[in-house]
Amino acid sequence: MSSLLTLQNAGLYRDGKWLVRGVDLSIRKGEIITLIGPNGSGKSTTAKLALGIRRPSEGTAQRQENLRVGYVPQKLSIDWTLPLSVERLMRLTGSLSAASMDAALDRTGVLHLKKAQVQNLSGGEFQRVLMARAIARQPDLLVLDEPVQGVDYSGEIALYELIADIRKELDCGVLLISHDLHIVMAATDSVVCLNGHVCCQGSPSAVAQSSAYQQLFGPRTQSALAVYEHNHDHTHLPDGRVMHADGSITEHCHKHDGHHHAEEARNA
Amino acid sequence: MLDDFFTRALVAGIGVALVAGPLGCFIIWRRLAYFGDTLAHSALLGVALAFLFQLNLTISVFLVCALISLLLLGLQRRATISSDALLGLLSHSALAIGLVCLAFMSWVRVDLMGFLFGDILAVSKTDIAIIYAGGLITLGLLAVIWKSLFASTVNYELAEAEGLKPEVANTIFMLLMATVIAISMKIIGVLLITALLIIPAATARRLASGPEQMAVMAAASGCLAVVGGLFGSLEWDTPTGPSIVVVALLLFILSFAPIKHLVRYRSSAQKGAADG
Ligand SMILES: Nc1ncnc2c1ncn2[C@@H]1O[C@H](COP(=O)(O)OP(=O)(O)OP(=O)(O)O)[C@@H](O)[C@H]1O
Ligand SMILES: [Mg+2]
Ligand SMILES: [Zn+2]
Ligand SMILES: [Zn+2]
Repeated sequence: MSSLLTLQNAGLYRDGKWLVRGVDLSIRKGEIITLIGPNGSGKSTTAKLALGIRRPSEGTAQRQENLRVGYVPQKLSIDWTLPLSVERLMRLTGSLSAASMDAALDRTGVLHLKKAQVQNLSGGEFQRVLMARAIARQPDLLVLDEPVQGVDYSGEIALYELIADIRKELDCGVLLISHDLHIVMAATDSVVCLNGHVCCQGSPSAVAQSSAYQQLFGPRTQSALAVYEHNHDHTHLPDGRVMHADGSITEHCHKHDGHHHAEEARNA
Repeated sequence: MLDDFFTRALVAGIGVALVAGPLGCFIIWRRLAYFGDTLAHSALLGVALAFLFQLNLTISVFLVCALISLLLLGLQRRATISSDALLGLLSHSALAIGLVCLAFMSWVRVDLMGFLFGDILAVSKTDIAIIYAGGLITLGLLAVIWKSLFASTVNYELAEAEGLKPEVANTIFMLLMATVIAISMKIIGVLLITALLIIPAATARRLASGPEQMAVMAAASGCLAVVGGLFGSLEWDTPTGPSIVVVALLLFILSFAPIKHLVRYRSSAQKGAADG
């Protein structure tokens, strides 16, 4: 099946450094990809490359034509000078029937806030509204940059379940960004671990298989979350340098550094 | 009817206010007040060029403003200095060049006060035709780009990711700004155009709960200011621009009065009545 979007060896160079480099990524219909990595590792940048908000300085980013995108950016601050209600925000980038607006707001549990001004919403409420806005568009591709930030724990589980449901309903692709390095959404088909480059990738294993986590979570949580086991052949040192499996240390870890490991990780 | 200079000024002023209101909202939302000033100041260069090349004044001002705004867009992309420094540089150099050019053309007698502060007597029938033609085009284009311009005002990246074309909308918006400045120059004067853009919009912000509503309210309060200002100007023989701005300011101050509660109270009372 053809991909909704494909990044090939994509990288972005800004202000004298590579924000991210050598990313290969493709998302098909109905597929959920989770991007994880520490702060500043280039997750949001990768999403922007994928969305076409940034043009790659190296490699290519291709999207299917007329791809309908629903995007929840990591940060969105709404200026106080803007008179903007939740209702109007829902119609920001396209028209929407009253029924589908209500349905989407209801699914994220914020229907009662429809008339509220967005500046008055709490962090978690606002995040739920953004999520509702993105799914109400019935997108082919959902790009969610840390959509559960500020959402309480049970709400987080509910939103993950919602994302999985939406994927089934719309058969859309999902690019989900999370900074949790070990626990990912269970419905994830594939995890990509970033740190300026792709460190490792693979699929998560159910919580049930990991006894350590099994005790930590209740039964509902178990089905919504999964554990991701990293498979690194190198370590990122605190000073930004990289130590490879053979003990050698280089300034960066990119394809041309000669220690690339994506192959092994994929086979593992 | 249009034979009376005062009627002409009223008709022209209302035309200007109708366009300035909605555009002024974007100036407030995007914090572009300084940009408006820059364009307005460069209008004087347009005036000088109009005399030099025997062009229509409004069109010449539009061309200079359009050029400056496109220049600004281009320079911002290369940004080696901050955009407010860039604006200050363009603004004052255009103003200075305009003034110097005018001073050199000793054969033309320019009513500088009129250009700086507006002149109620200066509005001709041709001006009215230009104001309404330009105004209609501006409002029409604004309606076309509204969704994409507003979405990119809320969040540029979101608008771009979801398939709107914010860059196109931004460029058109710059040209619309140039138009509104060109057509409002005679009524309000170069120095105070930004005030006519901003103050009615600020008044509307206090009362409106949605962007479209705010645009309409800004246009309405701009019209009120123009009417009040022109009558005041006639009555007390004050320059039109400052008179209009003073009335606009009074309306803004008035918007702090508990009008809003009154409106709210009435609408909720009506709602209650409808529900009951
Ligand atoms: N426009 C920009 N210009 C220069 N550097 C940038 C720009 N945007 C991001 N960066 C830098 O690029 C790196 C990656 O940023 P990015 O936002 O992609 O990280 P992230 O993985 O999303 O982090 P977080 O978990 O904190 O959201 C950071 O070091 C950041 O400082
Ligand atoms: Mg990020
Ligand atoms: Zn790595
Ligand atoms: Zn990893």
